[in-house]
Amino acid sequence: MNQYTISALVSNKSGVLTRVAALFARRGYNIESLSVCKTENDALSRMTIVLNGDDYILGQMMKQMDKLIDVKKIREVEHDAVCRELLLAKVRTDAATRSQILEISQIFRAKVVDVSPEATILELTGKSSKLDGFVTMLMPYGVMELARTGVTAISRGKNCIKDETDYKEKI
Amino acid sequence: MFGYPGGTVLDIYDALYRDGTIEHVITSHEQGAAHAADGWARVTGKTGVVIATSGPGATNLVTGIATAYMDSVPLVAITGNVGASLLGRDSFQEVDIFGITLPITKHNYIVKDASELAGVVREAFRIANSGRRGPVLIDILKNVQSAEAEYEPQKPVPVRRKSVPARALEGAAAALAKAERPVIMAGGGAIASEASKEVLALAEKLDAPVVSTLMGLGAFPASHPLFMGMVGMHGTATAARLCMESDCIVALGARFSDRVALNREKFAQGKTVIHIDIDEAEIDKNINATHAVLGDVKEALSTLIPMLKERKARPFAEEAKKLRAEERAKDNAPELGHRVLIEAAKHAPKDVIVVTDVGQHQMWTAQYFPIEKPRTLCTSGGLGTMGYGLGAAIGAAKATGKHVILVTGDGCFNMNLNELSTAVTEELPITILLMNNRALGMVRQWQKLFYGNRFSQTNVRKKTDYVKFAESFGATGLVVEKDEDIVPALTTAFATKTPVLIDCRISNDENVLPMIRPGATYDTIITKWEEK
Repeated sequence: MNQYTISALVSNKSGVLTRVAALFARRGYNIESLSVCKTENDALSRMTIVLNGDDYILGQMMKQMDKLIDVKKIREVEHDAVCRELLLAKVRTDAATRSQILEISQIFRAKVVDVSPEATILELTGKSSKLDGFVTMLMPYGVMELARTGVTAISRGKNCIKDETDYKEKI
Repeated sequence: MFGYPGGTVLDIYDALYRDGTIEHVITSHEQGAAHAADGWARVTGKTGVVIATSGPGATNLVTGIATAYMDSVPLVAITGNVGASLLGRDSFQEVDIFGITLPITKHNYIVKDASELAGVVREAFRIANSGRRGPVLIDILKNVQSAEAEYEPQKPVPVRRKSVPARALEGAAAALAKAERPVIMAGGGAIASEASKEVLALAEKLDAPVVSTLMGLGAFPASHPLFMGMVGMHGTATAARLCMESDCIVALGARFSDRVALNREKFAQGKTVIHIDIDEAEIDKNINATHAVLGDVKEALSTLIPMLKERKARPFAEEAKKLRAEERAKDNAPELGHRVLIEAAKHAPKDVIVVTDVGQHQMWTAQYFPIEKPRTLCTSGGLGTMGYGLGAAIGAAKATGKHVILVTGDGCFNMNLNELSTAVTEELPITILLMNNRALGMVRQWQKLFYGNRFSQTNVRKKTDYVKFAESFGATGLVVEKDEDIVPALTTAFATKTPVLIDCRISNDENVLPMIRPGATYDTIITKWEEK
């Protein structure tokens, strides 16, 4: 099983997320993460989808998504693309462990965003594997709560998703 | 348009009343209206329209919309919904039809602002009848229907088909030049793109035998010497054999469904597959294409045909014709139902339209009623909707004014027989051939084959007198019990311009053959029934 990252520009309207989610559910695609955000264009949102599967599943998912009227552009993100994820972790902290936790945070270049007598909230941005590593290091201290955004991605160089050909333009 | 009024579409119905130029047929049930709009669309190629009220009205459309979706039929379904102030509060007759129809529409809308309505309606019709056709649903809130908005009339913009460039077809042309045993497989897309002239030209230029999927019947004339019949689970033995022996399969607007490519792994093993389809997602979905061509079948063939060299007296085609002739000669139409269909084809008015329900009678129709022209057969292929037929027959008759033969079974007919009253009211020339075997024949056949003759719930013990039933609805009822009854009954029916129901009392033990088991390869075709 491989992992693929897909970017899509979709209409910025209510119901679009439901449409995409319903398509995944019906066709049985196994999604690792999905993130949605605004773009430079008010009419469009951007979806970044991390998919587990093989080349067949990837091809089918992209073609089926491309057929949705609200999906305007879609492309697979290259392996060398910039892929980032944001993590917030609430870690159990006391006077004895605080300095160790701060040391780990420094190594990973995580930010401390909230401190209280019993807990610390840490923020980290990076590749998913880096975030995984960070969480592993924090585990022994007691991770009380964890929030991750899912991957968001953008291609290197001057290539833009805007320039992709849409299925609706191809036929 | 077809439909059924109700609380949340009162404003639309009031506008129809005041306008008076749009003809509306009211059915007995919204499902019948959806199938009627579907039948109307299949025989015309234009977009069918159905309208229903919120809640149960909308949910009653669901089977009809799903049927149209699976067979790529252009349809616009309009539903009313409760007003904005009641939306989301579980109000009377409120249902989320937008959510319900997400997976069975090409696209759908919920209109909450009157200023958007005109644009949505225009876009809905464009989407329904372009690319791969399909149903579109527009859900309109009650308050939107009575609101006022600026309206700017616009002329409809014709959908332009994109031509397919020669470079996209070079691989296919080269493969066809090399192929010794090509088989053309016509699918529903060949009819949707109006490509029958081109399919004929391709077959004759290549001297290649043609097989057809259920949805493709009519794309190629059944009487043509190169036509080898339907392919798939209940296709002809010749079609199965040719597909096996072929070195190149040319699929035209076909999707290799599990009823055609029963065994996905073995179906195209060692063969060149040329797949022309307008839906990119169909390419490599079920069968990998050696040469995939994305585009309209008609456009693709118009480019491809001049690129090919003419072949004459291809040995494979001669062999195919011989095989088919032998198969035909051997087939003595053993069942009464077969003979009813053969006679119906012989005596039917010219340009008759055939509509079927789903099951054994549907397969017999595909086997024994030659479909010569596109858009003269309406049948639920993908979804396999029992109860589809009568509604679709009403739509087909209404659209064309031509005589319609509905072939149905007692199981299917019982599902939506309420629409007989619609057919009578509209005075439509529909001949209903009711293959009455007092059984759910196709399911029973599978019980016979796979479940050791345990006929669970398939021997139907209804006491319905179908002649009296027809008469009580204002139609004519006739009976066929033996061969001598067939022609007189058909003659009467075809001379009658209003609905006639012929109760064909066939045996409950008739089977559909040939048959290839689900998932099996074409060499395991069953042509003779052996009692265990």
